[in-house]
Amino acid sequence: MRNNSTSFWAFALALPILGFVLPKVGLNEYYFYVAYVVLQYVVLATAWNILGGYAGYVNFGTGAFFGLGAYTALVAMKAFGAPLFVQIAAAAIVGALLGIGAGLLTLRLKGIFFSIATIAAAIVIETFILNWRFVGGASGMQVIRPEVPLGFETYTRLLFFVMTILTVLAIIVARYIEKSWVGRGLHALRDAESAAECSGVPTLRLKLLACAISGALMAAAGAPFPLYTSFIEPHSTFSLNYSVMALSMAVVGGMSRWWGPVLGAILIASTQQLAASASPELHLLVVGLLMVLFVIVAPDGLVGLVQWARKMVGPGRKEVELARGSERA
Amino acid sequence: MTTLLRVETLTKRFGGFTALSDVNLNVAKGERLGLIGPNGSGKTTLINCISGVVQIDQGAIAFENKDISTLAAYKRAKKGIARTFQIPRPFHSMSVIENLMVPLEYIVHGLVDVSNRNAVHAEASELLHRMRLSDRTNAPAGQLSQVELRKLELARAVAARPRLLVCDEAMAGLATKEVHEILDILMELNASGITIIMVEHILQAVMRFSQRIVCLTAGRIISDGAPADVMANPEVRRAYLGS
Ligand SMILES: Nc1ncnc2c1ncn2[C@@H]1O[C@H](COP(=O)(O)OP(=O)(O)OP(=O)(O)O)[C@@H](O)[C@H]1O
Ligand SMILES: [Mg+2]
Repeated sequence: MRNNSTSFWAFALALPILGFVLPKVGLNEYYFYVAYVVLQYVVLATAWNILGGYAGYVNFGTGAFFGLGAYTALVAMKAFGAPLFVQIAAAAIVGALLGIGAGLLTLRLKGIFFSIATIAAAIVIETFILNWRFVGGASGMQVIRPEVPLGFETYTRLLFFVMTILTVLAIIVARYIEKSWVGRGLHALRDAESAAECSGVPTLRLKLLACAISGALMAAAGAPFPLYTSFIEPHSTFSLNYSVMALSMAVVGGMSRWWGPVLGAILIASTQQLAASASPELHLLVVGLLMVLFVIVAPDGLVGLVQWARKMVGPGRKEVELARGSERA
Repeated sequence: MTTLLRVETLTKRFGGFTALSDVNLNVAKGERLGLIGPNGSGKTTLINCISGVVQIDQGAIAFENKDISTLAAYKRAKKGIARTFQIPRPFHSMSVIENLMVPLEYIVHGLVDVSNRNAVHAEASELLHRMRLSDRTNAPAGQLSQVELRKLELARAVAARPRLLVCDEAMAGLATKEVHEILDILMELNASGITIIMVEHILQAVMRFSQRIVCLTAGRIISDGAPADVMANPEVRRAYLGS
């Protein structure tokens, strides 16, 4: 237990340090360009899983939160000249508010109705942005980037560093939720909502909390996007693609543990980056096949496979034997 | 005798259908009350109203002399009302003992930190022992047999340390020996001070358990009194026993 925890915090510290150092020691720009996207999906899938995996509420509105985060950052930048970390904080707050608002409106809906309502929410927000001239409306706008801060050579390198921080934050939050009373309450309400309620779990409050946290993280993941692409336009920013990707990453990775969506995101986003250079259609096909394969063969995702493998080899058996030994003694 | 639960002129409708109409019911502290009635007569609906799973349309519910009619279900659970479900609703992704940890954490001990986790675990183990479920402590709840599921329902309800326990057909589908096992458990719980309302179709069990019986038919209470009197009531015999 303690060992596990130590290595987790070592990793949590190491990632941002690497994120700061690596971009400064040369290396091809392309790596950071790709790694940024992979990490962005780690954040999105991790955030998605807090509501979708732990609580069992399948959100199809990831794109809405991501897009709202991106546009909040854009507005903060354009209207107030806010620095990047303020843009991210603003996006997270707006994302949390959207999460709570959407939650209040839709959480009473069960199953597929909740999912449909989240798609509707995405469409409403996109429509609003489409008609807002200040942020470029339907045709989008060029983002004027200020000078790169913190002595990074390019924005891609800086934003890669920023994304390592967001990744670690998202993972810490998800891991905390999973291990705490919040996670146990969410699991209980996912398994049997009325039984959870009758066991003292304030289900509506917990779901709203999950919506707020999940929404804040998704929006935060979208906040650096305008600076990353330097051109922003609503159709691709609010794309349903983000929803599908976040969901498939969590499914393929496994939704029961925090590291499931992380593995899923790394696997799928990397294959996407490889396949996309060949053809975008090929990538969609690969993701689709992965989904089908996992749902049929390994419904508990990579997490399930790892746990199964652990049971089959070494340590598990040794522990049993040790326990037996101590019984005899 | 002090009244623990008071239901007054309660009416519950689903759309145009009246599931409960003008129900009045007092339950005394420490009492063992049997609630009977034919299928669809509103027994489960009454339990749902008392536990707060559904909202009532008219009337009032008071627990320990406080009105709880509009309170959320989880708050009623915290006040001391626990229930089981007719069709068991375990937290199937958790182990048996983890199921008990939910009410223990959310109701009894507050948020369990590492320091008192062992004490809470000990309490859960003790409870499982009382429920004759110790041998399944770490089994996934999704893998239990029918009778084990029934016991888990009870154990999870009792883990909340309720003052009122409402059981919705805790013995349905069990063999005679198992019925007696559950009955013994319920009697022990009552002896330890828990007031119990038991909904049951197995008449032998109801007769053995109850100090008083209430009979519902089509959402109305048609008889309320000593078991022998209720069973002798011609209206009850006609509605419930079909004779
Ligand atoms: N959520 C609901 N929506 C609509 N109708 C409902 C709902 N719950 C119960 N009913 C109806 O209310 C009536 C009473 O149902 P209830 O489940 O309370 O009966 P019961 O006495 O528990 O029956 P059983 O012995 O079969 O468990 C039934 O006609 C049922 O169809
Ligand atoms: Mg019923």
